[in-house]
Amino acid sequence: MMKKMGMNHSRTPLKLGLLLLLCPILLWLVILVILPQLTMLNISLQERVAPRVYEYGFKNFIEFFTEPLYWNTFLRTAIMSIIATILTLIIAFPISYYIAKMLRGRAKGLLLVLCLIPFWVSELVRTYGWMILLRESGVISTFLQYIGFVDGPIEFLYTDATIMLGLVYSSMLFMVVPLTSTLDSLDDSYIEAGYDLGGNGFSVFWQIVVPHAKPAIVSGCIVVFMLTLGNYLTPILLGGKSSLWFTEQIFTQFITRFNWQQGSAFGVLLLSISSIIVWLGLKLTRQSFSKVMS
Amino acid sequence: MLKDIDFDLQCTDIVRKFDDFTAVDHVSFAIPKGSFFSILGPSGCGKTTLLRMLAGFDDPTSGEIMIKGKSMNGVAPNKRPVNMVFQHLALFPNMNVAENIAYGLHRQGINKVEIKKRVEQVLARVNLAGSGSKEISQLSGGQKQRIAIARCLVLNPDVLLLDEPLGALDLKLREHMKIELKKLQQEFETTFVYITHDQSEALVMSDQVAVMNHGQFQQVGDPQQLYYEPENAFVAGFVGDSNKWSAQVIDILSDSLKVKTATGLILFASKIDDMPLVIGSEVEIFIRPEAVHISQASDQALQQNHLNININNILFDGANSQLLVTEQISSEEIKVKLPQTAEFMHLRKGDQLQISFPAQQVKTFVKAPKI
Repeated sequence: MMKKMGMNHSRTPLKLGLLLLLCPILLWLVILVILPQLTMLNISLQERVAPRVYEYGFKNFIEFFTEPLYWNTFLRTAIMSIIATILTLIIAFPISYYIAKMLRGRAKGLLLVLCLIPFWVSELVRTYGWMILLRESGVISTFLQYIGFVDGPIEFLYTDATIMLGLVYSSMLFMVVPLTSTLDSLDDSYIEAGYDLGGNGFSVFWQIVVPHAKPAIVSGCIVVFMLTLGNYLTPILLGGKSSLWFTEQIFTQFITRFNWQQGSAFGVLLLSISSIIVWLGLKLTRQSFSKVMS
Repeated sequence: MLKDIDFDLQCTDIVRKFDDFTAVDHVSFAIPKGSFFSILGPSGCGKTTLLRMLAGFDDPTSGEIMIKGKSMNGVAPNKRPVNMVFQHLALFPNMNVAENIAYGLHRQGINKVEIKKRVEQVLARVNLAGSGSKEISQLSGGQKQRIAIARCLVLNPDVLLLDEPLGALDLKLREHMKIELKKLQQEFETTFVYITHDQSEALVMSDQVAVMNHGQFQQVGDPQQLYYEPENAFVAGFVGDSNKWSAQVIDILSDSLKVKTATGLILFASKIDDMPLVIGSEVEIFIRPEAVHISQASDQALQQNHLNININNILFDGANSQLLVTEQISSEEIKVKLPQTAEFMHLRKGDQLQISFPAQQVKTFVKAPKI
């Protein structure tokens, strides 16, 4: 009897404790993520029929598909983000491999910290750093003139290549860290076994290293892709007026045009496309979301 | 030169230095075709370094490795006719059993039909026919062992290197795999080079065993030689179980030595012919527990060493049971094998007995000077 009561007593606090522990994350998710998204969805479905009179309808979404500027920007953003993600992966992989497999001891930690250090200053400051280097009167242009390589000043800013540079630079860490830790967990004996059984560098890389690193590759790509797609600062500052980044369109609708309905519709569309592309990526690489994120 | 062909693997004067540490120190050996060769030594003796040089993952500082009479210096691991079974097997987790075995065959550019046939053949030979489609994680420890070996043997290597592959298995399975490995080796007639720190593995499976310590081969011989005729104190102490004492020579007789241990136990020990010993020389003496004869009555047999002892402890371990006894005068502790026969069933702690053993069974080695 006593035992039973004890058990009953211990069960209730456990449930309550779990709930209390979950509280911060639940509040965070509901107030800051789910509610705003639902509100945005709600706003995006309203169309203005008269001043201060709104009706539900799909006008804002239809507007997106009928105005080429909108969906061209949208496509451009998605494609540039995918390219930036692939470039980041290609550049980050050798770096991670070098840190995880070639280095030993202190040098390993040091190099990883070196990758991290730029992220101690804000993205804005880092982007201004790039602008100081790349603008017409900037460091590189002046230097090229100084050594007599070019006659007049060169403007490196406001091109797609510059945007790409900024995007890849700002997302490098999010690829290097998961890749390094996963490659670190690959026992050297697997690589040695690959060579021992007659494999060359190419087959060892594609059949042993890449399959092992696949979850990290996919999770790194997801994070980099989402960050890039939703990036605002880098494309605007490095790309200027010609950046045509989709987040800029959203900003314009909300702040400049004060058309919250249209802006919300764009926001919903951006969320959908990023979800669809991530889902496609997972399907193509035959990875599950929970496995990749664990 | 024809004689060289009879050896699958020959090493001449191999040295491997890491900065100022010499891991492998002037090692030379030759392994005849189709034999099971073990390198036995404590951890840190350089056996893994030696094996990695044979596989090609490391290069000797000096010396030459020849496989089937061809020098392997500067030949990359993927170009050598040797394969290695790794300590933790290193079966590729992203491939199933058949793909693991086929990996090496694919690298040789063999066509798919042939590969499929050879994978099935080798699976049948390691008694795992039909498990080609299994994932590595579905296999038991012993099955993984066999797949790791099959993955190498399917490539018909001249030499198969094994890096303590039984280390991670539990005792029962290890005992079983010892016999299995020996059978596989005989069946495939491939030269096996097996490294281990477990003397029982080396003794049970090998045709030849090299005992290694501090980067050098202490003795190379068949298991019986190592056990019964150890050439130095390290081999005598490392291979098999022994009572070991430091002692001083107090008399030199015609066919034996009279020695005295630090605690005052006086024994007759075997005499070494080629070692110049004088009275007062420091020696190390070894006597195996099973060489000691236990008798309850005071029968004065022909044995030279007779000791009156008290039983201090009975260490029961089935067929490997031992008595820990102390000699009555010097209180020196001695391990004695306890045969599990009716004669000794009633022995209890504190009982008094006599033990005896011939002087030849007490191996004597000149004490190595301290470095």
